[in-house]
Amino acid sequence: MPHVLAMGGDVAQFTGGASEFDVAATTVGAMIRELERRWPGLGDYVERRMAVAIDGEIHQDANGATLAEGSEVCLIPRIGGG
Amino acid sequence: MSKIHVTTTVNGDAAEFLTDPGTTLLDGLRDHLGLTGSKEGCGSGDCGACSIIVDGRLVCACLMLAAEAEGRRIETIEGMAQGSELHPLQQKFLEHAALQCGFCTPGLLVAAKALLDTNPDPTEEETRYWLAGNLCRCTGYDKVIRAVLDAAAVLRQERRAA
Amino acid sequence: MSDVLDRPDAKPGFTSVGTRPIRPDGFDKVTGKAAYGADLVMPGMLHGRIKRSPLAHARILGIDARKALALPGVKAVVTGADFPDFAAEILEGGEAASNTRDMAVNIIARDKVLYDGHCVAAVAAISPAIAEAALELIEVAYEPLPHVIDVEAAMAPDAPVLHDHLFTEGVEPRPTLPSNIAKRHEFVRGDVGAALAEAEVTVVGRYTTKAVHQGYIEPHACVASMSADGQGYVWSSSQGHFMVRTYCAKVLGLEISDLRVTPAEIGGGFGGKTVVYLEPLALALSRASGAPVKMVMSRDEVFRATGPTSGGVIEVKLGARPDGTIIAADVTLKFQAGAFPGSPVGAACMTAIACYDIPNFSVVGWDVVTNSPKVAAYRAPGAPIAAFGVESAMDELARKLGMDPIVLRAKNGARNGVKASYGPTFANIGFLETLDAIKQHPNYVIPLGPNQGRGVAAGFWFNVGGESTAAVHLGEDGTATVVTGNPDIGGSRASMAIMAAEVLGVSVDRVRPMIADTASIGYSMLTGGSRTTFATGMAVVQAAEKVVAELKTRAAKIWDVPVEEVEWAAGQAVCLAKPDVRPLTLRGLAGQSARTGGPISAEVSLNAQGAGPGFAVHLCDVEVDPETGHVTVLRYLAAQDVGRAIHPAYVEGQMQGGAAQGVGWALNEEYIFDAEGRMENAGFLDYRVPVASDLPMIDTVMIEVPNPRHPYGAKGVGEAPIVPPLAAVANAVRAAIGVRMPDLPLSPPKIRAAIDAKGA
Repeated sequence: MPHVLAMGGDVAQFTGGASEFDVAATTVGAMIRELERRWPGLGDYVERRMAVAIDGEIHQDANGATLAEGSEVCLIPRIGGG
Repeated sequence: MSKIHVTTTVNGDAAEFLTDPGTTLLDGLRDHLGLTGSKEGCGSGDCGACSIIVDGRLVCACLMLAAEAEGRRIETIEGMAQGSELHPLQQKFLEHAALQCGFCTPGLLVAAKALLDTNPDPTEEETRYWLAGNLCRCTGYDKVIRAVLDAAAVLRQERRAA
Repeated sequence: MSDVLDRPDAKPGFTSVGTRPIRPDGFDKVTGKAAYGADLVMPGMLHGRIKRSPLAHARILGIDARKALALPGVKAVVTGADFPDFAAEILEGGEAASNTRDMAVNIIARDKVLYDGHCVAAVAAISPAIAEAALELIEVAYEPLPHVIDVEAAMAPDAPVLHDHLFTEGVEPRPTLPSNIAKRHEFVRGDVGAALAEAEVTVVGRYTTKAVHQGYIEPHACVASMSADGQGYVWSSSQGHFMVRTYCAKVLGLEISDLRVTPAEIGGGFGGKTVVYLEPLALALSRASGAPVKMVMSRDEVFRATGPTSGGVIEVKLGARPDGTIIAADVTLKFQAGAFPGSPVGAACMTAIACYDIPNFSVVGWDVVTNSPKVAAYRAPGAPIAAFGVESAMDELARKLGMDPIVLRAKNGARNGVKASYGPTFANIGFLETLDAIKQHPNYVIPLGPNQGRGVAAGFWFNVGGESTAAVHLGEDGTATVVTGNPDIGGSRASMAIMAAEVLGVSVDRVRPMIADTASIGYSMLTGGSRTTFATGMAVVQAAEKVVAELKTRAAKIWDVPVEEVEWAAGQAVCLAKPDVRPLTLRGLAGQSARTGGPISAEVSLNAQGAGPGFAVHLCDVEVDPETGHVTVLRYLAAQDVGRAIHPAYVEGQMQGGAAQGVGWALNEEYIFDAEGRMENAGFLDYRVPVASDLPMIDTVMIEVPNPRHPYGAKGVGEAPIVPPLAAVANAVRAAIGVRMPDLPLSPPKIRAAIDAKGA
């Protein structure tokens, strides 16, 4: 089961403080749906406002990306550049 | 107020146009003669993007009136290459990658030409101070200076060979 | 199409990657032929001008444009009432998520003006002079309101409030009263309080920066034409014409396919042209007047009414053991957002200590609205400001510990396997190598004279990937056209040609790159975030690979062998099954394409993931004139992990350009506001960017730790170079004068005052 870590206070707003949790999902899209189910609003927030780092690689708008069993998954705010 | 009729020479060719009295020479070149190579970066003579040579002297076209072109000899970026043959400065700018966005490049090239026309063997410091009136935000000037010094060497070589 | 492909580590021994061909658009740019935003003329074109607020904060009581409309030659006037009013909506047309309504109101005011220069109306007339005269005839009645610009003053409970609907996000409980504090960001690990108490060596500092502008030499410019059937055309210089299309459609309530945007050449952007200011106004004026409308900003307007970056306050506490192990970092950032929420403080929080592996930290950031122009992205947005504070504090810590500043950074440095301060575990990064490159460089030990000082600083930037489309078409003579949708700000066209040439196995001069308009190529995210060589390059490579696959299929058909028996090498198809058969060249196959199946071309759209972060370390030597306080930069060295330098000269150019902007930010640049909240130095004379005589040659060292996610190992390079210079310069000044200067810019009067105070 992928372990999800969320740095920053954004996610904790929805989870009532929790910033680390396990999520049974094999893709980013499935993870988002699971997060939405557990904490309404969070899945939507992650999909639109956050990026997902899978084993160190940053993904934005990558719902199809796969999450392996021991994947390190980090939710981070979206990054924009200049 | 009626327009002023201006007769002048641009890049060796006779040119004439009608202009409002308050129009700058930069706008005159760009809008009346279609020579859009000279750029406006500031309109106040601080950035050098509109650099041209008038009667052998480097000026900011935004600080002259179009009407003041009457009877003068004007050189712009469009006259720097001879047909398809680039001036050594232009060639060296390309070889040294001395441009990124390219907006300041026409002004820099004209200013550098004015430098080498008067001082064929400038030091790095002389080059930097001469070009201090041409702002570049992309390159940090390093490759620009190298290109100018390299072009100066080429021109000195050509002069010796001639 | 996904970007995930099996790819071994990028190998050395390339044919084109790493070479320095002359850029394909170079001839036009050195002869004045290249067409920028203000260079287009359309038949019947009108000229647009903008009426701007002279007040920093006021209610608009009424706008009367009747006299302006009556002026002969005036063809249209628009105000906020002519634009759709809609509920707040998060828009993803550009790189940063932004509130659509905020953007629309920034483009033209509705019930309030929020900064000196805020647009209240726009005019189109048959000549610029008549348009200017018409502005004078537009009567606007204002009710002035108190204004606030300083970030801490804007956070105070009694500050004038800009938006009645703004309630601070990220604090519990959520406030019931509106304020200027849009959001609180927080990144925490471990127990920083306990760790600071336990640390034997601590450093505390408070640092400030002022708002600065990207300073692109080309002012914003566009020509727009809107037909009676609702179809629109825009020519503009921007960092992304698809972004222009999206934003114009949203702001005006148009359908995206009704708009076609052609990218002009762009005269600098650095993030400041990732949003629109003129295009929706020009389209609205064109629609109202029935003629094309050209709008060009003056330099004064660029400073007052586009998007500088935040000024900020950075408070830093570092706690370490005597051996230099940093065990605690407590950072607070307060950033000006300008008139609407959305400063880069969130990214600044994530980058602030990203160079280091610190077990206990708290990084808190405040996004605060102020009566100044809405900030826009500026090259690694937010990161330079945070780095200024953190790297100055690191310098103080090194002094306190008696440690070499590079050794201190290396001891605590991020490396593969370390969990970044913003969450993910680092892989394929080259920070330690970059630090070492500085330490081993001869410049590190050049002896210094009186009043001279040496400073070093590090910096981090994420770099992004995102959506890109590229197409490769073969001409009948075997030359190739590579088409993308990313404006070329810094020479990226050349890199696209290099990468396509590498795949096709031909010489770079047989590949011509083009940048197509929004109707002629699939969607591409804008040019920024150091993404073009990485993401668009990836699309180019994949498109070229599809072309190669098709060429092999054609060769197989001609030879009547299975395609597995065909190999592509050095621009030719080789028949493995029949070795004595002559290879077929790309030119030969292209010439026969009609007979073998038709035109050979491919288009690839992808969403590139896995962009590699960039680490930069800069070394700066300065000399300070004790009489005048003037700082001369004697030597400058920039080292950076670039992944793989596709075109080394343009990578060097990014490093040098970013360093130069950072030097200006450190020494001279700042927005100066008067007591009425009006910018006093809105021109290049008094807003002092570095000139050629201010800088020495800028030496560069490129470290290549390839990013395995890119076919040639490329990492973004454009933004990291602006992150270290602020502190590198400040640390050098500290060394030269013996006094810490915590407030930027380090202009001569400030340095004189510090020297005097020290002597007293």
